[in-house]
Amino acid sequence: MNATTLLVIIIGLGLFSYIIGRQRSVKLAAAHGGQRKLHSLPKYYGYMVALWCGLPTLIFLSLWLAFEPTILKSMLVSQLPAEMSSLPDDEFSLVMNDLQLLADSGQIDAETDPVKKQAAQQLVDLKKSSSTFRTILIFVLALAGAAWGLGRITMQTRARVFVEHVVRYLLVLCSLVAILTTLGIVLSVLFESLRFFKSVPVTEFMFGTEWSPQTAIRADQVGSSGAFGAIPLFAGTMLISAIALTIAVPVGLMSAIYLSEYASRRFRAFAKPLLEILAGIPTVVYGFFAALTVAPFIRDLGESIGLSVASESALAAGVVMGIMIIPFVSSLSDDVISAVPQAMRDGAYGMGATQSETIRQVLIPAALPGIVGGILLAASRAIGETMIVVMAAGLAANLTANPLEAVTTVTVQIVTLLTGDQEFDSPKTLAAFALGLMLFVVTLVLNVIALHVVRKYREQYE
Amino acid sequence: MNNTELIKKGLAKRYRREKRFRAYGLMAVMVGFIFLAILLADIIGKAIPAFTQHWIKLEVSFDPDTLGIDEKSDEATIRDANFNAAVKKSIRSLFPEVKKRKDKRKLAAMLSTSAEYQIRDQFLADPEILGQTKTVWVLADDDVDTYYKTADKSKAVRLSDKQIAWADKLLADGLVKKRLNTTLFKNGDSREPEQAGIRGAIKGSFYTLLVTFLLSFPLGVATAVYLEEFAPKNRWVDLIEVNINNLAAVPSIVFGLLGLAVFINYFGLPRSAPLVGGLVLTLMTLPTIIIASRSAIKAVPPSIKEAALGIGASKTQMVFQHVLPLAMPGIFTGTIIGLAQALGETAPLLMIGMVAFIVDIPQGFTDSATVLPVQIYLWADSPERAFVARTSAAILALLVFLVVMNTLAVWLRKKFERRW
Repeated sequence: MNATTLLVIIIGLGLFSYIIGRQRSVKLAAAHGGQRKLHSLPKYYGYMVALWCGLPTLIFLSLWLAFEPTILKSMLVSQLPAEMSSLPDDEFSLVMNDLQLLADSGQIDAETDPVKKQAAQQLVDLKKSSSTFRTILIFVLALAGAAWGLGRITMQTRARVFVEHVVRYLLVLCSLVAILTTLGIVLSVLFESLRFFKSVPVTEFMFGTEWSPQTAIRADQVGSSGAFGAIPLFAGTMLISAIALTIAVPVGLMSAIYLSEYASRRFRAFAKPLLEILAGIPTVVYGFFAALTVAPFIRDLGESIGLSVASESALAAGVVMGIMIIPFVSSLSDDVISAVPQAMRDGAYGMGATQSETIRQVLIPAALPGIVGGILLAASRAIGETMIVVMAAGLAANLTANPLEAVTTVTVQIVTLLTGDQEFDSPKTLAAFALGLMLFVVTLVLNVIALHVVRKYREQYE
Repeated sequence: MNNTELIKKGLAKRYRREKRFRAYGLMAVMVGFIFLAILLADIIGKAIPAFTQHWIKLEVSFDPDTLGIDEKSDEATIRDANFNAAVKKSIRSLFPEVKKRKDKRKLAAMLSTSAEYQIRDQFLADPEILGQTKTVWVLADDDVDTYYKTADKSKAVRLSDKQIAWADKLLADGLVKKRLNTTLFKNGDSREPEQAGIRGAIKGSFYTLLVTFLLSFPLGVATAVYLEEFAPKNRWVDLIEVNINNLAAVPSIVFGLLGLAVFINYFGLPRSAPLVGGLVLTLMTLPTIIIASRSAIKAVPPSIKEAALGIGASKTQMVFQHVLPLAMPGIFTGTIIGLAQALGETAPLLMIGMVAFIVDIPQGFTDSATVLPVQIYLWADSPERAFVARTSAAILALLVFLVVMNTLAVWLRKKFERRW
């Protein structure tokens, strides 16, 4: 039986044991002077039995699924003929893959090589017996668990306490997923990056000015030097993010000021959600817009005044990214401006300041840390943004500060290095993980600083 | 001059400045609106041609000799029969003056490559028509389709002059009809724009989002309940909270790297599968759901909790029977918003191989699939002009889904939210 059927069966058995457990407790209570003499409500006895039946079985099933492939593989290897198991490592793993595919396809008879055929047959047999074994064990475990749970039902059994304890542990387990995710990100990215840094020194990666990640397949190949200097990527990322911020910060900040200080309630109620639509549009849509509408427009505009503009100019990607983060800047600034106490506004008005003077000379200085925090968050957004630049920015790693030329970014390179099929351990694919590590660290640092600044500022007025 | 006069003198200037500042603010808001309007107008304008398709009327003779079958042929033979020849014959019969091989090929290229399958399916549905001649409407090739749709005929560059003449003649003879493009919603992906559809991508998105919902909702709510109601104040819990806040700001592409390294390379899950996509998106959506659920749980007033405890409920009973049901509308709203974000997400899915060119419509969680935003990305990269319109149409479809989800979230909040 496959894992899904087993899962359904386990759930079914769990339900069944719930009903049995509940009935048992009701019957028991009837003999001992009514349900109110029972320690817990009958349903808790049901839950208890169901937990005993289902929980160990589920744990067992997931362990089995996790370790089955490795165990099966080692069993198969020990049975393989010597000429196969003595192959060099990479060839051996190829053969193993072949065998796996053969066994899964169910068309062993079509295989011509008798040794392979026999090995695949062995694998199929192993898999079959493993599956039978698993089904039997699961049934035994489930029934034994249910029986054990049923046996524990007495008038004094603290079923509710037991169930609540288990629930509590499950909750803790769920909340650990967040930590596991972070750990997973850090470990996977770090591990692959370390492998990358074994073949390319860190200093070359961090300070090299040439990026051309084509590694040579043959030694005499032309134009595949494999230079991994990431400075052009960092520069390109900064250029595009800077363009985005020059659009988003003034527009976002001014609209936040207008909406929170000047606009009527009705205008605000209608304008704020409308602006926020900009943040809800998927980035791939912005990418399409940038690549097919804005970039040609900028190029034509540039040509009409005699400038040569690359068709994948940094300007197009930057402008569109700026549009995307306008609502981000504006809602964050809106929050901090509204958090400035009314007393400070009243004080300024009392001294005879006009509204704009109050905003410029009192509100903005008071809200500055919060605004800076917001801008940092927006910057980290811009640095990590992928689809717009993948679709609208170039692939060539130019080291330039000219927004009319094509530049490439960290995220673009990660995507281009990892899409398509490559072997996983070439420096080319590993470079993507090193870039990912840089991206993760930089955005993390920006976020930590920003959150710290914002929190500190908030505390000031609370 | 005393102070009052000084101030009065500067007053006009200060008022002007006030007005100007206010105008800047309004302008900034308007700039946002204008960008939004241009974006939407641009995409809708580009999408319109994709909703219609041109069909060409052919008189196809189901001649046994051309097809190479007879009445006794079984279905397999019929499937392999030479319907292509029948199609070619019938279009050539419209233009008997075309003699050169090269021209003949060009003529046949004016029809979609799907024409022979269309005819085959018609034949399979009714094998009685063998030997007869039937009127069949077949799809025009995308370049011909684009030519008919372009108002400025000089811009349709992908047709040769001869082809343009033929296309004009077909139109003049009334053999061309414009119909609603249902292919777009019925088919999977294709290299030929006129046969390409978003059905596969929509189904892929559906499976991916289903996995995301099934995993992220219970996990998110459980985490929120634990942090809000049970967690002690210690360093571990602080660590979890900091983690969640930081995860919310990690670039999405990094989650893709995680998925590639952990789910695919370490656990050996299948590439391009909605299962893996769903797992990655779960990790991305969790912070959104957790944060929304926490604030919904926090909004339940302590009086209700105390009342529950007061009549003898245990803490767990209080949480699961009173607090959670009251917080549910808020939790659902947060979940839907999180799922809407996940629906629009592209970058992490590129990393785990959901960019493959997949014609078949996925039937389960482990089939190779792509999702709507990735389909948009793929089509946007295609050189054929007809794909621009189809990309825009796919974007519109995606936006419609997003609008529906967000409206649902707003409606839920309005309808069920209780102010205490």
